Amino acid sequence: MSASAKPIANTRSATGIPTARLITWWVIASEIVIFGGLLASYIMHRIGHPEWAESASHTLTWAGAFNTFVLLTSSLFAVLAHKAADAHDGPKAAKLLRLTTLGGLIFLCVKGYEWTIDIREGFVLSSGGFWSFYYTLAGLHGLHVLAGMIIMLIVAADAAKNQELQRVECIGLYWHFVDIVWIFLFPLLYIAR
Amino acid sequence: MTTEAHVHHPNYVKIWAILVALLIVSVVGSMSHVRVVLLVAAFGVALVKAYLVAKNFMHVTVEKRWVPYLLVMCLLFVAILFAGVAPDVMKHSGQNWSKFPAKQGELRSGGTATKNE
Repeated sequence: MSASAKPIANTRSATGIPTARLITWWVIASEIVIFGGLLASYIMHRIGHPEWAESASHTLTWAGAFNTFVLLTSSLFAVLAHKAADAHDGPKAAKLLRLTTLGGLIFLCVKGYEWTIDIREGFVLSSGGFWSFYYTLAGLHGLHVLAGMIIMLIVAADAAKNQELQRVECIGLYWHFVDIVWIFLFPLLYIAR
Repeated sequence: MTTEAHVHHPNYVKIWAILVALLIVSVVGSMSHVRVVLLVAAFGVALVKAYLVAKNFMHVTVEKRWVPYLLVMCLLFVAILFAGVAPDVMKHSGQNWSKFPAKQGELRSGGTATKNE
């Protein structure tokens, strides 16, 4: 589709905000229910099984803390990319989005290293209730990080040519949500032992 | 233009520095043996960090009002899920019922069989 011919949804708005951002908020709202439901399930099971504390003590707090720092920093790059896109500086926005993606890659590498240690010690998905939740929560979050990275690279490719700059904010919103989920996952899985 | 209403861009690096400082507080607080300190350091700080990201990075407070209403409504759904299911999950026995596998799991791990009515 040429740049001059846009779908009707892109040319009008019943809600007062651009359609792309509207959809992004709807996606985030549905993700709140998904992750919120999983987190709520974990919390109630964790409270109901105090014996899980022994399993929880094997998580690597330093790895979780480092990953939190990485995601916070990548969120900074994402919002600076939005600011650059607002100023119509597409190449700068693209560069910042790629830095954000790099943060996601570092996050996944640390997560992979963590899981390697856990699996080598014999803690797998079927090792017990705690580990089932641990791998499901962290795994689902990791998949969201991966998906965000892929979309971010696609948006960055257009932004570098000063095209579709409105998408920078949308992918940024998604990335900040992924960061917020990890902000809650970190204390639940790594601190509250 | 990405936004129809101009978004004021605060000092994002300053916000990031505050978030990192809060992360350090939560990690240091996690080493405490006082339960209240640990809970505040873990979850209190997490709530503050989430609010700072939502307000300053996602600009939720600048959006049309229905956006935060939508997000809060979804959180309410999660709260309803918790309220409806948690009593059954968190308790291991009640009036005329008992979850033997859960109690056995607790006893096997050296805990005492709690959660009795």
